[in-house]
Amino acid sequence: MTRRARIALFVVAGGCTAALLVLGVLDLPHFGSSFHPYRDASLAAAVAHKTSNVISSVNFDLRALDTLGEETILLASVIGVTVLLRPAEDEHEHQPVGEGRLLDSTRMVGYLFLPITVMIGLLTVAHGAVTPGGGFQGGVVVGTGIHLLYVAGSYRALERARPVGLAELGEAVGAGAFACMGIAGALAASSFLGNVLPLGAFGDLFSSGSVLFLSVAVGVEVASAVVVLLAQFLHQAVEVTGEEKEAA
Amino acid sequence: MSAFIAIALTLVAVGAVAVVMTDDPARQAVTLSVYGLLLAVLFMALTAPDVALSQIGVGTAIVPLMVMLTIRKMRNRS
Repeated sequence: MTRRARIALFVVAGGCTAALLVLGVLDLPHFGSSFHPYRDASLAAAVAHKTSNVISSVNFDLRALDTLGEETILLASVIGVTVLLRPAEDEHEHQPVGEGRLLDSTRMVGYLFLPITVMIGLLTVAHGAVTPGGGFQGGVVVGTGIHLLYVAGSYRALERARPVGLAELGEAVGAGAFACMGIAGALAASSFLGNVLPLGAFGDLFSSGSVLFLSVAVGVEVASAVVVLLAQFLHQAVEVTGEEKEAA
Repeated sequence: MSAFIAIALTLVAVGAVAVVMTDDPARQAVTLSVYGLLLAVLFMALTAPDVALSQIGVGTAIVPLMVMLTIRKMRNRS
């Protein structure tokens, strides 16, 4: 395709998309108005399934299929990063040299917040159906929190404590568990990812049926994905050098 | 409440300009991180704590960290 044809295609496609977006925005309810048909519908559906966090009800119950798609995107992109960031033929691994200087205050704050951050992340995953947060948010906090060990301690300490092998497994198990819950819903409730578990009492930790379990599955997958993803980046940045530097 | 939203929106606009105006990518990772925090404040003002949590985790911690590690790798190579 020539440059001229590409630009022509872009102008037509971009113009159509822009026109559709403008038309869509013009038809939206005004900012701050009290007309919210989707809110009214989802609120009723969340209360019916004893889920006090309506957002989690949307993510893991009403539109759980969308979350399965998003989870699969995350899994695919982490696999992509792992493949792309593996050491190339002209690169080789070496032991990281020198840990650099570290302020005592940084070390102290890091070690102080390491357990607190991981605990908050686990709580966010567990309370996903009840209070703001859920599998994704909590998983990101757990996965990132572990890396405070790199900030406060050293790369060696992180390497010893960070369970990369377990995380690789956890990513697959989390994604697989979500899909299995979907199939279980299809078999027991006639709809894929249907909420088939006992609903419990509104506001309880063990309420909302399958929302809690889907949230935990996503939490395991996301925390593992963050650990695997950052492990690839850290490995390339700290342990791998190219040929040209070795020769110099 | 709408004053809070207006202030948060203004801060986000200022922060976005600051990120674009930062030349050095290593410094840009820091301004991007601050911009992520401002966005989280805006989401809180719009009563969306779930989105604010995701924003803090991904936009303020993970993305700037990946940018920093990539810059370190590129400086090692050259």
